[in-house]
Amino acid sequence: MDFGDTPAEAAFRAEARAFLDAHMPLKEAHRAHVSRAMTPEDVAASKAWQRKKAEHGFAGILWPTAYGGRDGTQMQHIIFAQEEERYAVPTTVFNQGVGMAMPTVMAFGTPEQLARYPRPALFGDEVWCQLFSEPAAGSDLAGLRTRAVRDGDDWVVNGQKIWTSYAHFADFGMLVVRTDPSVAKHAGLTFFIVDMKTPGIEIRPIRQISGASNFSEVFFTDVRLPDRQRLGAVGEGWKVALTMLANERFTVGRAEGPDFDEIFALAKAVRIDGRRAVDDSAVRERLAAWYVRTAGLKYARLRSQTALSRGKAPGPENSIGKLVSASKLQDIATFGIDLAGTAGAITDPEIAAMHGLFQQALLYAPSKRIAGGTDEVLRNIIAERVLGLPADARADKGLAFNQIPTGAR
Amino acid sequence: MNFDFSEDVKTMREEVRRVLRDRYPRGEVRRAVDAGARFDRDFWRLLGDMGWLGVAVPERFGGAELGHEALCMIVEEVGAALPPVPFMASVGAAEALLAFGSEAQCARWLPGLACGETIGCVAPGEPLASSIAATGGRLTGEKLPVIDGDIADIAVVMATDGLYLVELTAPGVERRAIETLDLVRSGIRLTLEDAPAEKLAGGDAAQLLDRLAVLAAFEAVGGAQAALDMAVGYAQERYAFGRPIGSFQAIKHKLADVYVATELARSNAYYGAWALAHEAALPVAAAAARLGASEAFTLAAKENIQVHGGMGFTWESDCHLYYRRARALAVDLGAGWYWRDRLVEQLDRAEAA
Repeated sequence: MDFGDTPAEAAFRAEARAFLDAHMPLKEAHRAHVSRAMTPEDVAASKAWQRKKAEHGFAGILWPTAYGGRDGTQMQHIIFAQEEERYAVPTTVFNQGVGMAMPTVMAFGTPEQLARYPRPALFGDEVWCQLFSEPAAGSDLAGLRTRAVRDGDDWVVNGQKIWTSYAHFADFGMLVVRTDPSVAKHAGLTFFIVDMKTPGIEIRPIRQISGASNFSEVFFTDVRLPDRQRLGAVGEGWKVALTMLANERFTVGRAEGPDFDEIFALAKAVRIDGRRAVDDSAVRERLAAWYVRTAGLKYARLRSQTALSRGKAPGPENSIGKLVSASKLQDIATFGIDLAGTAGAITDPEIAAMHGLFQQALLYAPSKRIAGGTDEVLRNIIAERVLGLPADARADKGLAFNQIPTGAR
Repeated sequence: MNFDFSEDVKTMREEVRRVLRDRYPRGEVRRAVDAGARFDRDFWRLLGDMGWLGVAVPERFGGAELGHEALCMIVEEVGAALPPVPFMASVGAAEALLAFGSEAQCARWLPGLACGETIGCVAPGEPLASSIAATGGRLTGEKLPVIDGDIADIAVVMATDGLYLVELTAPGVERRAIETLDLVRSGIRLTLEDAPAEKLAGGDAAQLLDRLAVLAAFEAVGGAQAALDMAVGYAQERYAFGRPIGSFQAIKHKLADVYVATELARSNAYYGAWALAHEAALPVAAAAARLGASEAFTLAAKENIQVHGGMGFTWESDCHLYYRRARALAVDLGAGWYWRDRLVEQLDRAEAA
């Protein structure tokens, strides 16, 4: 065993560092992760950084050179992410476009689509969003109800999407809709690329439990889409959506926020009955459990990186990272507030311990257990695709979509 | 990045599994327990002949010199199969000599341990090192339980001032059998009354426990994986309400949690294996490996019974073998509180430094 880079990996890491050093300052330690809506300035900064990376060959490391990518390896992709994490780079708005949408366009796009979309996405000119979830279709995504009806050379779309990140500044969306409700639910879907400025699209921000707005609802009222905006065949929308979701595995990482180091620092700073909280055996029990989990995840990640560096494709076992870290984040936030005693309720970053890190985390942690596959969906994936247990019984099996029982809406 | 066992070790794993499966397929361990056969001497000789007992011992001391990765892998597979042989006890004693014995001590004892002619054991006892004191090269005190102490020839005894090697047939050594949770391993009360003992050249109880904790973590990971495999197999076969019980989310999610705990434990154990050769990292790595593995094995063993339902509560289901081993293993080298304290203290010290 050996944690070092191969000579080729070390050379790439040095190249990445040289580029980052030349363009970005290093991050400050222990900065609170502030959960707030992106401003136009944030978006502009993200676009500028994306362009800079693209110009230097660090934006599309896994992309083919034909579209401006590097045609690099999974390990190079990981190494760049590891290095970039150390710098104070702008929060990106390109994960969905570059990491998920464009690989899907490359898999299913027409020559015209391939000529039009990938390059501007890579160079930071165009932002993409994902129009998948609906109020009645989350974990059961294939139960979506937004309709598209053919009308001459166009399709007319009516319905509603939800949980769309970046909707109000996205240029394009990846849209999956129902084109045939009379067949089984997975068979009646079709996929489209939609210009977000098309008339009939209305975007309304969702206010989250923290009060911030990072997601929107997107309403479609008689939105006309030309058939040339279709991605993949009519009725093959599920296949296209699955391709996009498979790429999500690369972009949804572990839940960011206070982890062992932060709760350990707090436990050393706080005093209980005159002695450090870290010397209390009940506190130690919690700390030890989180250390073991955090270390376990780290080494599990190194094991899967080893597999990747040997050319193995990322598998469903990667579901572990989000499943474990999201709950851990919520538990650490909860305990951090407890450790602070009565002051734990204070959210004012000027007064609260560690600038309100734990209080903020408490209010965004719930989303980490839901977005990108709920805890429950991830457990199903592990059970079925890793352990080989049989699929759950389904009440909608073999039924046409319009015959599937629904609750009162 | 190469955070995985070597290809050689992976190839060897197949052979190790085959040998264990041939002699101890599921059910065979329970039959041995039923027959009162707690030590399979023929199988022990076979393991000695195949080089498993001295796999990490240098060639000059009669070993195969294949390193700790190979040893950890074998321990993991032995932990899954539960054969009635004093494998952990004896490789634990060999590990103590290797790490802390003088050249002469290694030359005297390792060749016998490596081929199986000598059987070793380790006497940590509760509360670890504090109950035995040495005077003039002789030990007085009591250790219990000492696992596989009845069939061992020598014991590495943890004392307040270091590690001692005691020949168990010497005068002043008394061994009395005691029942423990683990039916596959025998336990003894070891009483030393001015017993002759040879101090190892270096090392103390905490240092030896760190090394053994890594090995025990692999044993627990092997046991957790075996319990998980049993539960998954049963959940696929057993039908209720017209469908395999493994299709119910209550079962699926339970087993997914066992899988996650086992994978995290395995990952911590791998780091522990690396740390056996990187001393500065060992105390923290060993504690994390130990705690993670105990948690995973305990969870896997109890949920294996739960998934089996009433059948899991029967003697013949074999579920109890893992359930018993999980708890016995989790306290043998220091219980949870010892390792949690050690982990947090080491982290605290590392940051203060």
